[in-house]
Amino acid sequence: MTLDNMVVPAVICAILIYGLYKKVDVFGVFLQGAKEGFTTAIDILPALVALMTCVGMFKASGALDILTWLLSPVSELLRLPGEVVPLAILRPISGSGALVIYNDLLETFGPDSFIGRVASVMEGSSETTFYTIAVYFGAIRVTKIRHTLPASLTADLVGFLMSAWMVRIVFGM
Amino acid sequence: MKWIFSGLILLAVLFGILNGRMDAVTAAALRECGNAVELTLTLMGSMCLWSGLMKIAEKADLTEKISRLLSPVIRLLFRGMDYRSAAAKAITLNISANLLGLGNAATPLGIAAMKEMAKLAPADGAATNNMVLFVVLNTASLQLIPTTVAQLRQAAGSVNPLDIMPAVWVASLVSVVSGVVMARFLERIGGRGRRAGRAVGAGR
Repeated sequence: MTLDNMVVPAVICAILIYGLYKKVDVFGVFLQGAKEGFTTAIDILPALVALMTCVGMFKASGALDILTWLLSPVSELLRLPGEVVPLAILRPISGSGALVIYNDLLETFGPDSFIGRVASVMEGSSETTFYTIAVYFGAIRVTKIRHTLPASLTADLVGFLMSAWMVRIVFGM
Repeated sequence: MKWIFSGLILLAVLFGILNGRMDAVTAAALRECGNAVELTLTLMGSMCLWSGLMKIAEKADLTEKISRLLSPVIRLLFRGMDYRSAAAKAITLNISANLLGLGNAATPLGIAAMKEMAKLAPADGAATNNMVLFVVLNTASLQLIPTTVAQLRQAAGSVNPLDIMPAVWVASLVSVVSGVVMARFLERIGGRGRRAGRAVGAGR
């Protein structure tokens, strides 16, 4: 994973060197920007409290198990392996929760198994939808998000279906 | 937002009663609000770092260059947006950070983009079409190298942790495109739709 280790320092250096080359007061300007980052973090706090509380309660209630059970005929119809359904449900809601389930799948079925690969593609090709929505709209105090959720969830669903199909096509599994 | 918030909480209480797990639900409510503060504090450091660096990039006209590079994408996706505007610049930087897998940088840049778009919109607490499209882009993953997944696969003993990349790219791309198409479709039929974004010149 050397590439991963390189990206952050490389981007930081590139910006700094370019700034120095353009004779920007890099430290003073950095402090200005950093201060804005601080206020931004405070801006998103209320939305995060709201979202994490309701998601946490939802996960603790065991509603996920029931949803998984309800959705199992649907997943069969869509040729999505049943084992990855909990991951598909949790992925948009909770990033850390999805990561736990994903790691579990890797350890149970192996990273190079069909299920392991489908789960990997699902995890790699999606984001924590609810979190992103809460943070982005929370920061600018927009509460009427109109069609954001259906459009995002469509993207997630299509991504999950594509994950299973692509693993079948690419690896012939 | 109010339906997501209340819906999840009401479902949690309903299933908590059905499953006899009300104690867990209570504990989660009390724990998670505190966790949100902790998460904000964790995010705050990287937000300050990346906001600072981006300020340098902005002062050095680096953001201008990147946004010119990505201007075709902006023109294609965001109607009525000038690629030289502050909003377009923040959007291109957010997309670049996403592609590079700099999640910590993408968030403050994305919020900056939202703030710039908010300046162009009526302050009535409702999202504009461009805001929705931008958030949908961010809820779908644009990352080129799925580093977290690769790390976990390697740890689990995968022969080639990155062999899933082509599948990830296609799945991401199709997912993003379907999200954009859906957003475009819904903005047309949405009752409160027909707002901003297209107000500033540029036909459909």
